[in-house]
Amino acid sequence: MVSIGFFIYFAFAIVVLSLLVVTRKNPVHSVLWMLLLFFHIAGLYLFLNAEFMAAIQVIVYAGGILVLFLFVVLLMNLREELSIGKYTTFGPTGFTFALGLFVAVSMSLSSFIAAPPGKYSIDLIKQETHIKALGKLLYTEFIYPFEVASLILLVAMIGAIVLAKRRLKS
Amino acid sequence: MNFPLPDLNPVMPEILMTAFALIVLLLDLLIKKKEAVAVISIAGTAIISLSLLKTTGSTFGGMYIADGYSTFFKIIFFINVILTILISIKYIAVERVNYGEYYSLILFSTIGMMIMASASDLITLYLGLELMALSTYVLAGFIRHNLKSTESALKYFLLGAFSSGFLLYGISIVYGLTGTTDLRLIATFITERGLSGNLSLLLAIGMLTVAFGFKIAAAPFHMWAPDVYEGAPTSITAFMSVGPKAAGFAVIGRVFMIAFAAVKADWATILIPISILTMAVGNIVALSQTNIKRMLAYSSIAHAGYALLGIITANSEGISSMMNYLFIYAFMNIGAFAVIIMLRSEGIKGEDLSDYEGLSKTHPLAAALMLIFMFSLTGIPPTAGFIGKLYVFMAAINAGYTWLVIVAVIFSAISAYFYLRVVMYMYMRDPKTELPLTTSFTNGLALAVTTAAVLIIGVFPTMLVEFARAALKGF
Repeated sequence: MVSIGFFIYFAFAIVVLSLLVVTRKNPVHSVLWMLLLFFHIAGLYLFLNAEFMAAIQVIVYAGGILVLFLFVVLLMNLREELSIGKYTTFGPTGFTFALGLFVAVSMSLSSFIAAPPGKYSIDLIKQETHIKALGKLLYTEFIYPFEVASLILLVAMIGAIVLAKRRLKS
Repeated sequence: MNFPLPDLNPVMPEILMTAFALIVLLLDLLIKKKEAVAVISIAGTAIISLSLLKTTGSTFGGMYIADGYSTFFKIIFFINVILTILISIKYIAVERVNYGEYYSLILFSTIGMMIMASASDLITLYLGLELMALSTYVLAGFIRHNLKSTESALKYFLLGAFSSGFLLYGISIVYGLTGTTDLRLIATFITERGLSGNLSLLLAIGMLTVAFGFKIAAAPFHMWAPDVYEGAPTSITAFMSVGPKAAGFAVIGRVFMIAFAAVKADWATILIPISILTMAVGNIVALSQTNIKRMLAYSSIAHAGYALLGIITANSEGISSMMNYLFIYAFMNIGAFAVIIMLRSEGIKGEDLSDYEGLSKTHPLAAALMLIFMFSLTGIPPTAGFIGKLYVFMAAINAGYTWLVIVAVIFSAISAYFYLRVVMYMYMRDPKTELPLTTSFTNGLALAVTTAAVLIIGVFPTMLVEFARAALKGF
């Protein structure tokens, strides 16, 4: 019962914090709300008995990615967000669609039947330790997607360099 | 801990292609003449395509499958890469973005498409899709000093990330329901547990449809296409309108036909209105376009609608007709873009319909080639476009969707207006100014290949049709 209460808290907090992130006018505020958001997501992982994931979430997202966001804010010196009329007039339509999606999701989720749990029960992971279980899976069963992911990161790097580093020849 | 090395034979084309893309990336440092990088890319891709011949089987614990179906799509991707590079060489020099990364990004994008076509697991599928998409976002914004190109890249990226969200949401619901991401195991689980008709499963299918619909630019998820196609470098527009679209169809075919085989009726019902809307939006909005790249963007939306008919039939005849359609579309669309690229020269954009006025008098050969591609896109015999449409429509009629085919034929007739308007401008109007043509050997080669393919497939279609049918064995 306690865990359900905590889950409800985290779930609601995540939704509210996400809304705060996208609605704040001051970018620094947005980024700081995002920090809080990342911590809450880490909390959600803790409730799934995924301590390692929670730690990674804090280190990578709160520690790394957020700092990058702050750097961008710093370099761009954004005080107020740009508001372009062309892109902000679809509010009511967007809201209608979002509401429709919400109704559809909440209606259909009542028929959700969870599948039987898989091989990796909490006890087994405790016995094997998180990092070992995760590493073993990543380098055996999931080696193919893991390698593809590395290609994606490579393309991201090439793309960033191509689009940002090259000097313009005018 | 023992883990046997997985059988790498089926995945050889992807491994070779990855190694080759990395080599091309490094060669860019050593070779000053970027044309040489392009020629090496073409030659390497052509050699690697031979490795497709011997690879069949499933590996990595069923996450990856190489079968006739995936091989057929990979052939489309290879054709797409080679033709795109052929039409790019001169063009990116004219646009002053003659950098070697261009070619390696195209190759990386193709690796993503190959992974998508061969994915028999939702995780691999997602990663392949991201690899393809990320490379294409960069390519769309490759002309960095052009505001439109940058805008199109940003738009594509934001909406693409949004559609990935839908894909992941759908995948997570499927995983929660079935406890697996393997397509075949999902299918068995759904039949064993009697999950057909479950609303959450329908929601997941809806989410996946949104994500895939975005990739193939089906209405109402097509909003990005006109802006992105217009803003991106023309060669990349050609690339995007064939490759990612075919890859999207490949995953729709495999996911819906295998994983959701038990709920065929449900997803067919979702796809029918999408297909009608796609044909309607594509064909009707194209009527009012004056920019030819934008017009072809809407035409590309409309063609996704026709090809969707093949999926809706949900039988092997329909799927093979969809494969034919995409194969033919690759040639006729890249051909049309190859003509458009010729009109782009220093200081002249050559993208407006009015630029085509009197082209038959100033440049008769270019006009004649454009005529062939426009006829083919309309679907007039004896061009390949007719064959593509014929088989898709026949498959739909045999599956009992006669009314849907009537709708499609009506929209197809509407499409004749804007395709033949280009022909009318070229042949029945007088030239206002004489436009110079940017010709090059490679672009000419691409035009020769595409024209030959469009005409040969149009006159002797049996070989392609048989090939697609044979490819589906064991699907």
